[in-house]
Amino acid sequence: MIKKIINDFSITVATINGSGSQTANVTLLRALFKMGIPVSGKNLFPSNIQGLPTWYTIRVSKNGFIARRDEQEVVITLNPASFARDLASVQPGGAFFFADDIKLPISRNDISIYPMPVKQMARASNVSPALRDYIANMVYVGILAQMLEIDLESVKQALSFHFKGKAQAIDSNFSTISTSADWAAQNLNKSDPYYVEQMDSTSGFVMADGNTAAALGAIYGGLQFAAWYPITPASTLAESLNIFLPQLRKTADGKQTYAVLQAEDELAAIGMAIGAGWAGLRSMTSTSGPGLSLMGEYAGLAYFAEVPVVIWDVQRIGPSTGLPTRTAQGDLTEAYFLSHGDKQNVILLPGSVQECFEFGWKALDLAETLQAPVFVLSDLDLGMNQWMTKPFEYPDSPLERGKILWETDLEKLKGIWSRYKDSDGDGIPYRTVPGNKHPSSAWFGRGTGHDEEARYTENSDAWENNMARLKKKYDTARTLVPEPLINSTIGAKVGIIAYGSTEPAVEEARALLKLAGGLKTSFLRLRALPLSSAVQNFIKNFATIYVVEANRDGQLRQIMSAAMPDQAPKFRSVCHSDGLPLTAKWVKETILAQEQNK
Amino acid sequence: MTTPAPAQTNKAGLTKNDYRGLPSTLCQGCGHNSIANQIITACYDLDIVPEEVIKFSGIGCSSKSPAYFLNRSFGFNGLHGRMSSLATGALFADTTLRAIGISGDGDTASIGMGGFKHMVRRNAPIMYIIENNGVYGLTKGQFSATAEMGLNLKHQGINQYMPVDICMEALASNATFVARSFAGDAKQVKELLKAALSHHGVAVIDIISPCVTFNNQEDAAHSYTWGKDHEAPLHEISFIPALDEIEMQGEFPEGTVREVSMHDGSTILLKKLEKDYDPTSRANAFQILESAQLNTWLVTGLLYIDESKPTLTETFNLVNTPLNRLADRELRPEPETIFKINAMMF
Repeated sequence: MIKKIINDFSITVATINGSGSQTANVTLLRALFKMGIPVSGKNLFPSNIQGLPTWYTIRVSKNGFIARRDEQEVVITLNPASFARDLASVQPGGAFFFADDIKLPISRNDISIYPMPVKQMARASNVSPALRDYIANMVYVGILAQMLEIDLESVKQALSFHFKGKAQAIDSNFSTISTSADWAAQNLNKSDPYYVEQMDSTSGFVMADGNTAAALGAIYGGLQFAAWYPITPASTLAESLNIFLPQLRKTADGKQTYAVLQAEDELAAIGMAIGAGWAGLRSMTSTSGPGLSLMGEYAGLAYFAEVPVVIWDVQRIGPSTGLPTRTAQGDLTEAYFLSHGDKQNVILLPGSVQECFEFGWKALDLAETLQAPVFVLSDLDLGMNQWMTKPFEYPDSPLERGKILWETDLEKLKGIWSRYKDSDGDGIPYRTVPGNKHPSSAWFGRGTGHDEEARYTENSDAWENNMARLKKKYDTARTLVPEPLINSTIGAKVGIIAYGSTEPAVEEARALLKLAGGLKTSFLRLRALPLSSAVQNFIKNFATIYVVEANRDGQLRQIMSAAMPDQAPKFRSVCHSDGLPLTAKWVKETILAQEQNK
Repeated sequence: MTTPAPAQTNKAGLTKNDYRGLPSTLCQGCGHNSIANQIITACYDLDIVPEEVIKFSGIGCSSKSPAYFLNRSFGFNGLHGRMSSLATGALFADTTLRAIGISGDGDTASIGMGGFKHMVRRNAPIMYIIENNGVYGLTKGQFSATAEMGLNLKHQGINQYMPVDICMEALASNATFVARSFAGDAKQVKELLKAALSHHGVAVIDIISPCVTFNNQEDAAHSYTWGKDHEAPLHEISFIPALDEIEMQGEFPEGTVREVSMHDGSTILLKKLEKDYDPTSRANAFQILESAQLNTWLVTGLLYIDESKPTLTETFNLVNTPLNRLADRELRPEPETIFKINAMMF
């Protein structure tokens, strides 16, 4: 008898886009989570509504490693179009489940092969023909549950969550699942070694996606205005605002303390958000790369006219339209320098779903404190996939509204103030907002050259002084943005810097490196730009710094090299971008190869 | 010693000086300057408090002009063609404020056409003035989208394309107030401005405002001479603020005047000229604009009005306090709600 392999493998489900398999896949993921097993799920979907192949990959990991793996031990396919590729993708010794109406040759004898009577069982279910395609997906849930020993009660809880407790939907789906499980028990002989088993490693966690978390964070951050334009993978962020704002931010008499507007394009979305920010509202927009490109001119206006606004960029792979449903970290340099003229922007880099929530409110605080656009760079993987996460934490500091003067403040100042004067030596000026009735409150916002009183001027000194102050303000931002998280190892020879959704791959790679060649590493996860002194200090401790990124050009390495030219020779890019989340194996091997070439 | 006579004040207790802006840096004789002056007069006459107005503009000669009136009002001179979105967002901060947007024909009918039409279809509460001269002034004399076919400009040659009719575009986008005027007809401009400032929703006023430097040739459709020769007013318009209404009753013989009641209780009086014109019919407006194009008339006056539609901000059911004055506790949900939210996750 072969040795069981428990809670440590990957599952991939191949289906046809638009066939409703997402419900089945998320049900599997949630059931495994409910069993206490650390899991991750990645939806590798096409830019299409119906018909193209789509995959969903689940990793179960007793050790808590939840990065995507290339190697698939258990593969399920319902799609003739991807059948050959799916079959080839199974690891030797793995398991291959397929819908038995697909009559294609199977040439492998190093894996276990399990046909599934998907159509037959869907027909046998009591649902209407219209729902048969959907119920067919539950057939593989049932068969997989039986063959991997997934707890059916956990499956039922997952279904109940998905269908919001609606008994009819839960029962009809669960009935197909249990019938299919029974069928598998009677008709399939388990010959592969893969099993799951109850653990206790997910208590204290919930499952959520980054876009929902970002929206909720913004709501707890007092968001008052959001304008957006639909774009994958950012749309669900704004849609989550529309779901949760009415629940959390209406007054007792049902009135709104907020407004969300779907704009006609991204030019307008950011324009509205900046108008609202200028007028004193906590304001944001959310988009992805192509939208960010369109927002460039306005972002420069917000930088120069000093208007608070938060811009979420849920990154997808570019350039151009790129692959709209695939992930990357390719917008870092664009966001950093966005818009013409001299400038760098403030960027927050959430690395987990919980951090999407936290930066959701912190970004609004920072934008108003700094009177500047604050970019938050998430990505498709973080934004749209379900992740295990610590529950969201209520903000631990009050709303920060920045240097804003109302009527009483102006009375105390006898009406004497200057919109663009560095009164406090931190580069951050004072502002008033429309509606202030004090006769000296008004000023004229503009993207043109201005003096300290916001008056148009072409005076060279006034221009340079203003630009110098803006630079000083950016240095103030350096002390206010979230500090990096550092995971030090005593005796570490090299440093690793990464950011965003690559953290699980990096952490696992560090463990693998330690196992493989005994290479000890320390890890800094960057959480914001500009680079703080903590980042500079970390870098000084190592002769080699690997910068891990999901992009082609090593964009953070470029930014760090420019910021610290004397340290630049230390930086080595571990970067790659194929639209999929990075794997630990790739990170490990790339670092090892570079170590050997030293 | 004698003290100088106190300056005349309006019901808001303000003098005309309180409505002025910085000295204009536009060309002498520019139509835009006379419009700025009429805005000052209209706001003074309506007793509007300058702190209760916000001004917006895009980029171009026209867009400079918000600096030349209402110095005590907040203003934002934004991006070329993007005034519409900037204003749309800002309107939510304090819905008690009146908004004035100044744009040009390049700013609105070329680069900003999309945003303009969307702002119009949303019925954003703003008076949206287009200072329309058919030419790009600040970049020195290129054709704009409203330039007439056949217009001959010094460095550009002859315009080959049909012009955009901004009023037609506004109507097609379901505008609730559409007017056209001519900077050379100061009285009409002023009365239309008053009506627009009182309108419930978006008020589009396309004002032919000659560019004396680049497009004021006698035969050009945006020149003073052409305007004077071709202006065909639909009516003689006068605006009666809510409080004055009673005094005005019965001044005109029966059947010679049309009254339009405004949402805020004021009235627009339209004195008939040659033909009666009913500005509450969109079909009429389209028809008159079509005839104007065929007959090369400069039709001016109130083309269309509908006071009944909700404005953009009204559709949001906002709290009564201006959003930008809400206290922190009204913006951040209570601590216990976070448990409910976490319980909603799987």
